[in-house]
Amino acid sequence: MTARSALSAAATQPRPTGMMSRLLSSDMPRSRALSAILIVIVAGLAATPFLFSGSQPLSTAAKICVFIALVASYDLLLGYTGIVSFAHTMFFGIGGYGVAIALERLGPTWISVAIGLAVALVLSAVLAVAIGLLSLRVRAIFFSMITLAVASAAAVLASQMSTVTGGEDGLSFQLPPQLRPAFRLLLEPIFGVTINGRVLAYYLVFFAALAIFLALLRIVNSPFGRVLQAIRENEFRAEALGYRVVAYRTAASVISALAATVAGAMLALWLRYNGPDTTLSFSIMIDILLMVVIGGMGTLYGAVIGATLFVLAQSYLQVLMGAASSGLSGIPFLPDLVHPDRWLLWLGALFIISVYAFPGGIVGYLRKRQSA
Amino acid sequence: MTDIATNAADTAELPRARTDWLPLLLVPALALLALPFIGNPSSWVTLTVAGLAMGMMIFLMASGLTLVFGLMDIINFGHGVFISLGAYATLIVLGPLAAWGQADSLGLNLALMGLCILVAMALTAAVGAVFERVIVRPVYGSHLKQILVTMGGLIVTEQAIHAIWGASPIPIALPASLRGAYVLGDIVMERYRVFAVVIGLVVFAGMELLLNRTRIGLLIRAGVENPEMVEALGYRIRRLFVSVFVAGSALAGLGGVMWAFYRQTLTAGMGMEVMVLVFIVIIIGGLGSVGGCFVGSLLVALVANYVGFLAPKLALISNILVMALVLVWRPQGLFPVARR
Repeated sequence: MTARSALSAAATQPRPTGMMSRLLSSDMPRSRALSAILIVIVAGLAATPFLFSGSQPLSTAAKICVFIALVASYDLLLGYTGIVSFAHTMFFGIGGYGVAIALERLGPTWISVAIGLAVALVLSAVLAVAIGLLSLRVRAIFFSMITLAVASAAAVLASQMSTVTGGEDGLSFQLPPQLRPAFRLLLEPIFGVTINGRVLAYYLVFFAALAIFLALLRIVNSPFGRVLQAIRENEFRAEALGYRVVAYRTAASVISALAATVAGAMLALWLRYNGPDTTLSFSIMIDILLMVVIGGMGTLYGAVIGATLFVLAQSYLQVLMGAASSGLSGIPFLPDLVHPDRWLLWLGALFIISVYAFPGGIVGYLRKRQSA
Repeated sequence: MTDIATNAADTAELPRARTDWLPLLLVPALALLALPFIGNPSSWVTLTVAGLAMGMMIFLMASGLTLVFGLMDIINFGHGVFISLGAYATLIVLGPLAAWGQADSLGLNLALMGLCILVAMALTAAVGAVFERVIVRPVYGSHLKQILVTMGGLIVTEQAIHAIWGASPIPIALPASLRGAYVLGDIVMERYRVFAVVIGLVVFAGMELLLNRTRIGLLIRAGVENPEMVEALGYRIRRLFVSVFVAGSALAGLGGVMWAFYRQTLTAGMGMEVMVLVFIVIIIGGLGSVGGCFVGSLLVALVANYVGFLAPKLALISNILVMALVLVWRPQGLFPVARR
């Protein structure tokens, strides 16, 4: 737990130095409350197999990890570069299908995972470059609409090419033996928890997400990342300063697409399944938008908070709303508004309020409170 | 009245803008080109009528969006929800008046359709006015925020539809005299599609007349060209903006009614599903151009139908292909709108 003490120490110091600062690319949370929340989230995710029993908490935690990586990669586009893409789920899906198809066709080995991931990464990069060069030259609005069209075509394609992708049913597959529930890393349980393949798979997802997040943090705090932010603030001025806006935007969308691909592969590995509804559907794209904006655009920590909040809400808010709905059952219409299936209504409202009142989302709000 | 007349006289003496015929020829050229490939003239007619009907419906749904963009520089990603809302509004009419639809009388059936359209347009216009005030107005000038916030509006309104009408798909029945098909020799034309073509043509003609032959149309076109100047001349451009937004929403509602009876199933996501086509169409047509939107809709729908008949596998990506080809030819769309 050295990381934990270092992080909290860093938050209290005005100018952080040392290992933690280097790990976070000198981009500290800059708010005590935010640091505390982040520590709780990271520690909670790291210790989930030991803290909770049963498969549902572990699945929720794995989903949070995947979405942290996915949302962070989306924030590179939306928050840092200022372009709205609706094709992010396409890259997410390519990652998922890459691993799924490779494992199904080539057998459950690590080599299949590597081949699937590599092919998916190449495909994502090529597509991202193609879309970027075609549509990033013109106004940002074109990019949004064209990515929407391309993403929907990809979703239709995936559900139609059922011989390869399994169509609407998706693909279920076997994992490499080390990740199966029957596998035992150690004969003796640690802290009463058997370290089986499932726990290993969870840590694979956890560390992959952590690596993606830290890498993205490094990228946005590099000179390259500063140029992206300059483009977001004033495209014309950035161009006038001699930065080739199209090249930078395309590079950003490629990086973001690659990270989304890895996240998709992780989700497929965790679920042992990939289908249109888990990675490709438009509703996931909307989920990503909600997470980025509510958490805080233009700061990667927002991705952590947004994804955690959203996935927890998805899993547990419905229970609360169900209780509220039955509590209000005498009154007309109100129970429908707090019906468990209507949770998205309230998150949507929160989303609109965030865009207006808290452009920096939760992270921006916490930082402002710290400096006030 | 008199100064309208003098204005008209003034404009008559100015050199007329040359009409850009080339894109207009695309649609008939495409239809003729497809004929030898399809071979059989009767299936060609059936496909063409079906494509035109589809195109008209897309046009109804897309025209409002492109006009709003042209005039206000607002891109409304939540436009699709007005389509869904218009579709669900038919339930308000179909509920108490279902008998009119079953009656074997063309008059009653058409009255029912007319009522559906009126109620849907009124509802979507009202919601559009609220949407403009609450969602869109605070974010004029920032495309990024517009995209985000209108997506938020889409989510909330879609969920509200779920809350009001329930989340499961609702089947609706077409009025009796619009079911079935006209058969002329080998040629089969579904009645409802012919009806859709008629409605689409009427709306298109109405919009062209309104935009090109009336004072308000003149103001709208001037506002697209240069809003500051229109404002400087003493017109309240804001009021114009709002009325165009409301009219655009109402058109989406009309499109939604047509689309609902075409699919005969209502889902809250149905608007968002067509939005992909709508976006492709307005990109092809040139953002802000009603004529371009019309040509683009017909083009996309016809290509989809022909390709679907000739090579079903390709149909999925034919829209994207058409868009890419048009953008290679004219990067700003078929009819680029001057200022942008």
